[in-house]
Formats: sequence, C-alpha cells, structure tokens
Amino acid sequence: MFDFLEGYDVLGAFWTTVQLTVFSGVGSLVWGILLAGMRVSPVPLMRGFGTAYVNIVRNIPLTIIILFTSLGLADIFGVTMGAEDFKIQGFRLAVLGLIAYTAAFVCEAIRSGINTVPLGQAEAARAIGLSFSQTLRLIVLPQALRSVIGPLANVLIALTKNTTVAAAIGVAEAATLMKTMIENEAQTVAIGAVFALGFVVLTLPTGLLLGWLGKRLAVKR
Amino acid sequence: MTEVAVAKEDVAASDDLVVLKSVNKHFGALHVLQEIDLTIGRGEVVVVIGPSGSGKSTLCRTINRLETIDSGSITIDGKPLPQEGKALARLRADVGMVFQSFNLFAHKTVLENVMLGQLKVRKTDKKKAEEQARALLDRVGVGSQADKYPAQLSGGQQQRVAIARALAMDPKVMLFDEPTSALDPEMINEVLEVMQQLAREGMTMVVVTHEMGFARSAANRVVFMADGRIIEQAAPEQFFSNPRSDRAKDFLSKILHH
Ligand SMILES: Nc1ncnc2c1ncn2[C@@H]1O[C@H](COP(=O)(O)OP(=O)(O)OP(=O)(O)O)[C@@H](O)[C@H]1O
Ligand SMILES: [Mg+2]
Repeated sequence: MFDFLEGYDVLGAFWTTVQLTVFSGVGSLVWGILLAGMRVSPVPLMRGFGTAYVNIVRNIPLTIIILFTSLGLADIFGVTMGAEDFKIQGFRLAVLGLIAYTAAFVCEAIRSGINTVPLGQAEAARAIGLSFSQTLRLIVLPQALRSVIGPLANVLIALTKNTTVAAAIGVAEAATLMKTMIENEAQTVAIGAVFALGFVVLTLPTGLLLGWLGKRLAVKR
Repeated sequence: MTEVAVAKEDVAASDDLVVLKSVNKHFGALHVLQEIDLTIGRGEVVVVIGPSGSGKSTLCRTINRLETIDSGSITIDGKPLPQEGKALARLRADVGMVFQSFNLFAHKTVLENVMLGQLKVRKTDKKKAEEQARALLDRVGVGSQADKYPAQLSGGQQQRVAIARALAMDPKVMLFDEPTSALDPEMINEVLEVMQQLAREGMTMVVVTHEMGFARSAANRVVFMADGRIIEQAAPEQFFSNPRSDRAKDFLSKILHH
C-alpha cells in the first residue's frame, strides 16, 4: 500500500527539516532575546534599531527573505557561509534567513512577556545596585521567558512549518522531496497525507511539551 | 525651635549623611518637588508624612535616583549622586530601599533574594553570602522560610525578607516607602518591630509612613510635606502635640480621628 514510498528517503528529508528547525530555533531564540533587550534598552539608538528591525523583517514574506539570502547574499555579495559544498551553503543560508525572520517574532513574544513582569521587580533590582544588563538577565528575562513559553511554542511550530520555504533555494528538506514525489508518482493525495502527518508528528509533541513546561515554570505572584 | 531640635542640628552639621539642596522635580506640568532642602544626619531616623500626592514617594525615590531630579543637588556621604552607569549602581548598593509592595524577586527563593546582591554586586563568595543571608533572615524572624518562594509567604514575612535583602548590602542609609501600607493590620507590628530594632541599632533611616506610633517611638524628626514642599519639620512629640502650620494641623486632625 505504501510502495509509492519506495526509493525515496522520506526520513532523510524530514531529518533535514528537523535540523533546519533546531538550528534556526536556537539561533532565533538567541537573536530574538538580544533584539528584545535592545527594544527595552535605555539607549535610544539600540531601541530604534530593535524597533526598525522587527517592523521591517516581520512584514516581509519569508520566501523573499530566503531568496535574498541565496540570490543576494550568496550570488551578489559572495557570502558562502564557509561552505565549499553548494548543498551545505544552501542549508546554512536557509538557516540564516529563518533566524533573521523568526527572531522578529521571538522578540515580540518576549517583549510581551517583559510587559507582564511588574515594574517593581526591575526597580528592586536596580535598588540593590544591579546594572541594567544584570537586571535584564537575572530578574526580568527569566520571569518574562517563563510567562511566554506558550507563545514561543507557537513561534517554534510556525518555524517548523516555515522550514518548507527553504525548498525555494533547493534545500533537500521534506517539502522538496514531496514535490519530487508528487511529480513522479500517481498517489498524490496519499503522498500529501504522509507529509502532513510527518509535520504533525514533529510539531504536536513540541506544543504539548512546551505547554506542560509553561504551566510548571509559571512564576507565582 | 526647641532645644532638642537645635541640638540635633548641631550633630547633623558635623556628620551629614544625606543632603538635599533646592531639589526640584516635575512630572510634566506637575511640580512634585519644590525647592526641597533636607539634611539627614548619620544614625538619624526621619519620618516623612503628608497627604496623598504630596511627593513623599518621589522624594524617597530621588535619594537613590530611581527618579531623576530637574535641578538642585543630592549628596550621600559627601558625594554627589552619580548620573548613571557603574557609579550609580555602586551608590544604590549603599542605599537600601524597602517598597510598599515588597517587590521580592518572584522567581527566586527567599534565600536567593537575600543573597543576590551580595553575589552579583558585592561579589562576595557564595558560602559567605549564604551565611550572612541566613543570619539576616534569622534576625528578621523568617529564618525557617529560607527555601520558600515569596508567593508562599504572608505579606508581613515578605516585607521582613525585603528588609533583610536591603540589609544584606550593608547600606549606609535605608529608605522605607510606606512599608506597612499593603499589610493586613495583624502583620503591621511584626514589620514595625524589625524597623524599630534597626533604629535602635543606629541605622540611618528615612521612613514614609502613616504609623504615628512608629514616628513617636522611633523617629528623631518628623518631616511634614504637602504639595511638593516641606512645610515643617520637628521632633515627633513637638510635631504631634503642637504642629505650627495649618496644613499640618488639618492633616493631623484627619488622620488621628479615624
Ligand atoms: N511616574 C509618574 N508620572 C507622572 N506623575 C507621577 C508619577 N509618579 C507620581 N506622580 C504624581 O506626582 C505626585 C506625587 O506623587 P508621590 O507618589 O510622590 O506622592 P505621595 O506623597 O507618595 O502619595 P501617596 O501617599 O499617595 O503615596 C502625585 O500627584 C502623583 O500622581
Ligand atoms: Mg507614596
């Protein structure tokens, strides 16, 4: 019944999807936290940069950002991301594009979390002599992050699905393989169902796990 | 001025810890602090009272620069308040602050709350910081709660932890902004007792409060504020029994008869 799967490396393609998700996820969390830090910073230049970045990047379609990493960065500016191999270069560029894009959403999720932390927490921190960055790192962000685990899970799920856009620059992830298979095989609906199921298998546990974690780690006031 | 007040001024002149000179502050069009002159001597306990909105909290908060001022000067132990950055953080470490709403770090245990400043600001080593934190928690009577989170404590216990957290920095002066106003009546005394103890031990304290009992028993001086100005200041007995200004008389008649 599933003989249409023969000869295709479905698991391998999904493994690439997982890798894209993990690398982009970690990268966009780090970059998103830095951006959120800028957005609440007392330095106007940093605040301005953070605001401009988020408002520009989240309003550009991801496909264009990914294409830009390939056509713009790689072809025009010769950014190879330290890769000799064309495939590895494509993968790294896709991760870069996904980070740049997803970080804007991570930043906004975290910023809404920062807004849930009562002002008194930061004041008490400053009052005992903590610097701005210590206050952010030790007091505000830990509480903000705990309150936005749910929204961050949504961003991560969206990211997992967004990795399919990497197909646009030829990264051999799940959506790329699906297209190939649909072109070559007759059972198009079954193929679509297999890939849809694959994504649900990836994202459902993420959502459940993070939902549980969010409840467990919630800060009691 | 009575003899008591004069004697106090003599002491203050030789050993001023906090000095405010012609301090002005606006919130937009609102002139919240108007030409404030205030000197607090080492070891002195000053109670600030006045009607709501008179600028008491703002005054308190300017002393560790949680609020900036528009003009005038504030010096602590002879040094002007730094503008910002490391020097300001260092100064804040020397000025303890206790808030109406406690503001304990919600994601940290009681012990961690008290240790944090020593570890991250004073760079004390962990063992010593913990020893000191536990000793302070015992001193304010919440030693047995060290491993709980703030939300698991009563208001009175939280406020005593907040006092311990401020004391852990070994501050030169402690600021209290209505430390008992958010507490249920039965918890007010446990906090006031800790403050009274501190006063007896010679801590320099600025206390915004409506607890007249505390003012009478622990304060060296009462400062009465209204509409952003210091209207009068005097020793507690004198202020409560014989206020000079009409504003103070009016205010006292309202709070003493309800
Ligand atoms: N951040 C702020 N922005 C604008 N106005 C403020 C701010 N903080 C305080 N005010 C105003 O400044 C005035 C003085 O406030 P402050 O909190 O110092 O008064 P207070 O004497 O402590 O009063 P209360 O007894 O109610 O605590 C009030 O009119 C208040 O509304
Ligand atoms: Mg106030």
